[in-house]
Amino acid sequence: MIANAKKKLIDAGLGVYGWIDDRLHVTEIFEHTAGHHIPKSTSSWFYVFGSATLLCLIIQLVTGTMLALTYVPSGAEAYTTLEYMTYEQPLGWLIRAIHYWGSNFMVAIMILHITQVYLFGAYKYPREITWISGVFLGLITLGLAFTGQVMRFDEDAYWGIGIGASITGRSPVFGAELVQMLLGGPIINSDTLSRFFALHVFVLPGAILAFIALHLRMVLLKGINEWPEPGVLVNRETYDKHYAAIIRREGIPFTPHGIGKDLVAGAIVIIAILGCALIFGPKGPLGPPDPTEIAVHPRPDWAFMWIFAVAALMPEWAEVPAFLIAPPIVIGFLILLPFINNTGEKHWSRRPVAVLSVFAIYLSLGILTWFGITGPWSPPMLAWSGAVTPKDFVVNRTPLELQGLVVFQQKQCRNCHAIDGIGGHRGPDLWNVGDRMTHPQLVRQVIQGGGNMPAYGKNLTPHEVEAVVQYMVSLRPPGNVPALDSAKPAEPPAENRKQAAKEPAHGDRG
Amino acid sequence: MSSDAPNKEACSPANGGCGCSGGTPASGALPPGVVTVEAPAPTTRRNFLFQIGIALNLLAGALISIPLIGFVLSTFIQKFPLQWISLGSLEKFPVGQVRLAQYLNPYRRTWDGETAHIPCWVRRIDEAEFQVFAINCTHLGCPVRWFAESKLFMCPCHGGAFYENGDHAAGPPPRGLFTYEYRVLNGNLEIKGGILPTLANPGNPTEKVKEA
Repeated sequence: MIANAKKKLIDAGLGVYGWIDDRLHVTEIFEHTAGHHIPKSTSSWFYVFGSATLLCLIIQLVTGTMLALTYVPSGAEAYTTLEYMTYEQPLGWLIRAIHYWGSNFMVAIMILHITQVYLFGAYKYPREITWISGVFLGLITLGLAFTGQVMRFDEDAYWGIGIGASITGRSPVFGAELVQMLLGGPIINSDTLSRFFALHVFVLPGAILAFIALHLRMVLLKGINEWPEPGVLVNRETYDKHYAAIIRREGIPFTPHGIGKDLVAGAIVIIAILGCALIFGPKGPLGPPDPTEIAVHPRPDWAFMWIFAVAALMPEWAEVPAFLIAPPIVIGFLILLPFINNTGEKHWSRRPVAVLSVFAIYLSLGILTWFGITGPWSPPMLAWSGAVTPKDFVVNRTPLELQGLVVFQQKQCRNCHAIDGIGGHRGPDLWNVGDRMTHPQLVRQVIQGGGNMPAYGKNLTPHEVEAVVQYMVSLRPPGNVPALDSAKPAEPPAENRKQAAKEPAHGDRG
Repeated sequence: MSSDAPNKEACSPANGGCGCSGGTPASGALPPGVVTVEAPAPTTRRNFLFQIGIALNLLAGALISIPLIGFVLSTFIQKFPLQWISLGSLEKFPVGQVRLAQYLNPYRRTWDGETAHIPCWVRRIDEAEFQVFAINCTHLGCPVRWFAESKLFMCPCHGGAFYENGDHAAGPPPRGLFTYEYRVLNGNLEIKGGILPTLANPGNPTEKVKEA
């Protein structure tokens, strides 16, 4: 009786499915999409990053739509609505946090995905368009991350747009016009925000969906890259047959047999984003986007920190090449990569240049990002009034030297120069400067500047210069004599001893 | 893609069964990948309409593109002439001092909020002589801060520094501070402004640029 009812129920279910399938052809769609056959070797933890990036995008689309319910993209209201979302609206802070962390995870996982497909030679024949569409997806994702920073319309967003405009202003011929077009007018204002809003909410999401359609279509048409084997070369004549043979031999349907690790990775990503959002919360907003509040410290989000560091460290002649010529060359190289290197080895163990280039890129971007975060070139604006001078650098000083220390603080030398690690790092730490530079050299350096130090000649009286230089001469490790002029002949040892006996205080303060 | 159902067996499973071109039954007998081309048909009413349709759409598309492209490019083409703006009474600027002033963007929108207020630095050299500097560092546009004790403008972004007279002192900036043209009118200090100064358009045609 029960078995009969069960059978009837199943039959009814199948009947409904059959009716729907007859109209929507879902079985056929499934077989060509989620159920397509993949090489068994690709059901691997190394192959989960693509689907995880897509999952992040879905989270961004959902939370972004929610934020748009409240956010007002106007110069007068954007900051107010951000504050309302963060501090008053029920769960608004969490949606902002998920959107922020979702964006961080999306960029980070996308970088892993690009690294994996590059090291696995997936860009080679016949997956050129899969790779190229991926290059565009990467650029659009970075575009979304950049315009997203502007949506958080606070002081950093305001000055970040200024940085963008200043870079654009280095363009030849049409620099001024391009700046106007970027800003939507002659100056950063509400029109600028609206422009970035339209990019962030309409143009770039639309573009990313179109390129994802192409990217996934190519994955279905040309198959997912099989796990590379050393010595198995890609050959344009034989590869398609080789891949078809792999699918015949060990093909498994992506759903349900190949998707397991993607599902686990996806769940981890969702929990990680939620966890970061709950623990660390949303970023900002910092102070309001009020240009007259100039006590700011503009910094980009982490994904662009390395560019910020490059801007500080490169010489002036490199600016136009680095900002305007290098990006099209790099993007062009990425697009052309599958044509430059279309066949041959796919396995990383046989591609040392590929492995080394990944190391070099990770290392340089990592170091530059670290420099961007620590910003050793940036003067700590409050060091002159706030940084302490360690006791060893104060005791046993003459009144003139102590006056020199006061001048040193008062004239804000400390903003760029540390003493024993405390203070700015723009210029050298001066804890042992008396050991390295002679009295006349220090006078010249203070008055004329040079080596990236401003000249203080007009700003210090002769007495102040003498005092600060006397103090500098006294800065040297215990027991060391002051730096000597190497152009002068060495004095006889006896006189040296006499000289040292005359001024015993300098060397030994410890 | 719906038309390739008859050729399914000619396609390898790897490429999803969609790699074949042509949809005529005859192509089933040909090796995969070979395209059959029909002889050009004589002009019929149907393909005449097709051609007219294409032509009309090209024309219509061009017509509608003019305002669309024009709208997108309007800020590229449009000129925003500098305008005289008052920074207030001269009394606000003591001789020998540098003071932060601000003005309202002459091209502001009513919905600009606080972004309509643009700051600048005013240096009064003597009774009649001034220098008005843009707030933006000439390197990447961050706001420079005045340090009266060391008589330097310092930038918080990449460590650019400028002397009291705006000249480049240290760091990556390629030139001295951007300046505004100024005049004194009815006891007020006025500047000619209204743009974000960049290397492409420093915003003061009267200034003599001093390279770093």
